Amino acid sequence: MSQKEWPLWEVFIRSKQGLNHKHVGSLRAADAEMAIENARDVYTRRSEGVSIWVVESNRIFASDPTEADALFEPAHSKVYRHPTFYDVPDGISHM
Amino acid sequence: MKEINLTELEAAFQSKLDREIRIEPNDWMPADYRKTLIRQISQHAHSEIVGMLPEGNWITRAPNLRRKAVLLAKVQDEAGHGLYLYSAVETLGADREETIDDLHSGKAKYSSIFNYPTVSWADMGAIGWLVDGAAIMNQVPLCRCSYGPYARAMVRVCKEESFHQRQGFEIISKLALGTPEQKEMAQDALNRWWWPALMMFGPNDADSPHTQQSMNWKIKRSTNDELRQLFIDVTVPQAELIGLTIPDPDLKWNQETGHYEIGTINWDEFWAVVSGNGPCNRERVAARKKAKEDGMWVREAALAHAEKRKARQAS
Repeated sequence: MSQKEWPLWEVFIRSKQGLNHKHVGSLRAADAEMAIENARDVYTRRSEGVSIWVVESNRIFASDPTEADALFEPAHSKVYRHPTFYDVPDGISHM
Repeated sequence: MKEINLTELEAAFQSKLDREIRIEPNDWMPADYRKTLIRQISQHAHSEIVGMLPEGNWITRAPNLRRKAVLLAKVQDEAGHGLYLYSAVETLGADREETIDDLHSGKAKYSSIFNYPTVSWADMGAIGWLVDGAAIMNQVPLCRCSYGPYARAMVRVCKEESFHQRQGFEIISKLALGTPEQKEMAQDALNRWWWPALMMFGPNDADSPHTQQSMNWKIKRSTNDELRQLFIDVTVPQAELIGLTIPDPDLKWNQETGHYEIGTINWDEFWAVVSGNGPCNRERVAARKKAKEDGMWVREAALAHAEKRKARQAS
């Protein structure tokens, strides 16, 4: 029991209303409540946040970096999804 | 899963480094790169944590409430820095507790500067000014380190360190410009901390076997001697400004190079402290071990409580 560690938690902070929560790092805590309190002390000592999310690290599923090319290929070949793909004739505005 | 060979992986890794693309935790990386980072980041974390001890020594004896609040905030920041770094080291697959056990067993090192005692209040000024000043010089280039989580942790740390250095300079300059006794305290602190601060940058480049590999991997961006020179060049005029004397009779300005030249660093002292024979090595490690052992029952109780509550919610 003595060598049993507290679980690892990933911490996400919303720096101000109107912005997304953003990953800032991780910490160890016995439960979610303690993880939030520790995150407050570790990651927001200078008012960096107005809201905190924590999630146990082992609950996160990530894409495989070695498969990144295949995973994201569909977007690479569809340049027509960007407005810059299209020629806008001179004289046309508000487009 | 397609078959990928080692040469291709190494080439892809090197190509990322060449293009200044950061390496992230799940990316493939050479085993030695991972090992080097685990060693460097965990030792950096230990330095932050052990670094709380010399200053913690003065929290209860700060001369007034303002100084006490500031010092408390500063020491709390050091704890925070240690935690950002342990968080970064865990992204490499290292176990946080194991790295801490390595500190306690003496297998892992930490910055040798924290093995010197803090015998007067002026030492709080000298530490903030010189030790944090040297730490900033070391840490700013690490914000561009090739390993993403380490670089990001360093960005946070560097933002906070500049408060540390300024509060230290405020303490030392207040003393330096105070009564003759106060000035003497400030000078005494500078006398004791100057050389150990210069040693913080590590051995001369010629005697630093890891430097070249770390530079190739873009973990390290400047050499020990380059950073040490930078520190000397900015710090000497600061000492002059507040009327303190750098304790080096050989110190001189070289008009041609535009740099200060210093006397010889006592590397025997450096290696003695690194290998465990500084004034406070045993005391520092003993304090860390005691903190871990004394807090054990609290950590166990918190975990038991969390597990009990989880079981109750499930039923």
